[in-house]
Amino acid sequence: MTLKTLALAMGLAATSGAAWAEPVKVGMITTLSGGGAGLGIDVRDGFLLALKQSGNTDVELVIEDDQQKPDVAVQLADKMIQSEKVDVLTGIIWSNLAMAVVPGAVAQGKFYLSPNAGPSALAGKGCNPNYFNVAWQNDNLHEAAGAYANSAGLKNSFILAPNYPAGQDALTGYKRQYKGELAGELYTKLGQTDYAAEIAQIRASGADSVFFFLPGGMGISFLKQYADSGVDLPVVGPAFSFDQGILQAVGSAALGVKNTSQWSKDLDNPANADFVETFVVEYGRLPSLYASQGFDTANLLLSALEKAEVTDADAFRAALKEADFASTRGDFRFNTNNHPIQDIYVREVIKEGEVFTNRIIATALEDHGDAYAAECKM
Amino acid sequence: MSLLLLAEQALNGLQFGVMLFLMAAGLTLVFGVMGLINLAHGSLYMLGAFVAAVVAGATGSFLLALVAALAAAAGAGALVEMLVIRRLYDRDHLDQVLATFALILIFSEGTRWAFGSFPLYLDIPPWLSGPVMLPGGILYPAYRLSLIGVGLAVALALYLLISRTRLGVRIRAGAADREMIAALGVDISRLYTVVFALGAGLAGLAGALVGAIQSVQVGMGEPVLILAFVVIVIGGIGSIKGALIGAILVGLTDTLGRLLLPLAFQTVMDSSAAASAGAAVASMSIYILMAAVLIWRPSGLFGARG
Repeated sequence: MTLKTLALAMGLAATSGAAWAEPVKVGMITTLSGGGAGLGIDVRDGFLLALKQSGNTDVELVIEDDQQKPDVAVQLADKMIQSEKVDVLTGIIWSNLAMAVVPGAVAQGKFYLSPNAGPSALAGKGCNPNYFNVAWQNDNLHEAAGAYANSAGLKNSFILAPNYPAGQDALTGYKRQYKGELAGELYTKLGQTDYAAEIAQIRASGADSVFFFLPGGMGISFLKQYADSGVDLPVVGPAFSFDQGILQAVGSAALGVKNTSQWSKDLDNPANADFVETFVVEYGRLPSLYASQGFDTANLLLSALEKAEVTDADAFRAALKEADFASTRGDFRFNTNNHPIQDIYVREVIKEGEVFTNRIIATALEDHGDAYAAECKM
Repeated sequence: MSLLLLAEQALNGLQFGVMLFLMAAGLTLVFGVMGLINLAHGSLYMLGAFVAAVVAGATGSFLLALVAALAAAAGAGALVEMLVIRRLYDRDHLDQVLATFALILIFSEGTRWAFGSFPLYLDIPPWLSGPVMLPGGILYPAYRLSLIGVGLAVALALYLLISRTRLGVRIRAGAADREMIAALGVDISRLYTVVFALGAGLAGLAGALVGAIQSVQVGMGEPVLILAFVVIVIGGIGSIKGALIGAILVGLTDTLGRLLLPLAFQTVMDSSAAASAGAAVASMSIYILMAAVLIWRPSGLFGARG
């Protein structure tokens, strides 16, 4: 054995000791093109920021664009599981895509960490030990809106949402907490851009407030048209129509609107202050709630990797369940069905300098779980 | 339900209809004159909205933004015609659909590359914001009222252009028999470029006008494109008059359907279920209208070709 090979062998032994941990392969399927791309990009950027800050080089990330299409998402998941051999999947924004991918992935023994979608079907009877939701169960923010409506003394709400499963969950969630009368209940078309007909009905209904769940571009259209219609009833909604990505496009039409969220950029805890500051430095824009969810998802993953090997599924699952990471939301823990128990806040849209953003004005629900946990047997 | 609400909804339907007309007019002209199916028409609508948002943001003038949107979309239309579409006239419709679908992808990702993935801000000018009181006590947004006015004015201008000008004679002749007018010495390729740019400009104008009350984002053109196809099928392919009547019919059917169908369902079921079922049927109403028109008149209301 020459001196050279001896040195090489020693070097190898030294490095392998330092990096003994197996690299972990994570597959991210998210929406990076089309009208819903802003959400996926924020989740991705939040996730990448957390990885970068951790300095952990053992996580290998594969990112693919699902184009907001369930069939594409399923193909990507198959590819990631079978040829890329990923250990953990994450990233899906939309509930219909999550329903198409998650049950199959967890059935094959993979872990799935949801940074956004939380359909009720995966929280109740369809829950799975390998499925963790780091954002919320779909109904949560709407329930908080209903609770806020009670405390604000609203007694006659007009409620509307798109006619698809998450829209129906939204109105169900609102009605679960809201105690007043309904002046009207309306389902709109998914992707609808003109709300003149609905606004005319709101005007004629004699309501004292409006609750709506219209994520993304639908909410922008509704709010601009509502502001221009001369109807000036108070509006309440979940954060999805008031997140940082779209507020600038809505403009002053959103000023003063109350919305419910599990996160806000002014939440007072060190993890969040640090997250907001570093996100702005890294990407040159303010983070949205989606970015905070991506960031938390990555930190949950990293916290579990420190405690257990992903190949030891039972230990890794237990490590995830502990949720031992500094969440941007402050207190965060998992319920029996692996969905969050967390505070949900009421935010108000304000203008800071030239930028529209939110600030917290109250807590709508404290340590709030979801209505489906009892149905989950695992 | 009051008569006032019904009248307001009829106005809403009319407004929706005339905006659809701006989209459908270009589509039907291009199909009627050149025999080309242009799926990228929605991208020109999106382009108009984006250009309007950028110009309005930079200059603060909404009128300037409208002019810029119209010019940019017309210019992009002329460019696309000369670079891509011109090679497709002799191909069959499948090739045209493939090529113009590719254009949609190029426009969408190009727009995302240039403007990012987040929606842009474009608002109603202050002098048109807020509602006005109409005779009869209807409170109606001034901006929507102006949209109706602009749409009807464009319809009138198009009618005069096609029936009273030399360009209009050529367009009509081109629709009737393109070999013959080429043989008569008309520069057919320039005519096609002009017609395509005209259609593109109208789409861009519609995008800018509607963008002020909607979300200016990538992919905003495709849902409108589908409705515009429904409109020209109902109105008869190639007919401007058909496009106008078809657009207003679609606008009224959609708006009044959304109002009346849930109410009709409420008479037989509880209000939550009625809201859901009524909305589901209302979203089908324009396609039911299209099917009914096609059964009655297979080539559309004013279709020239049998």
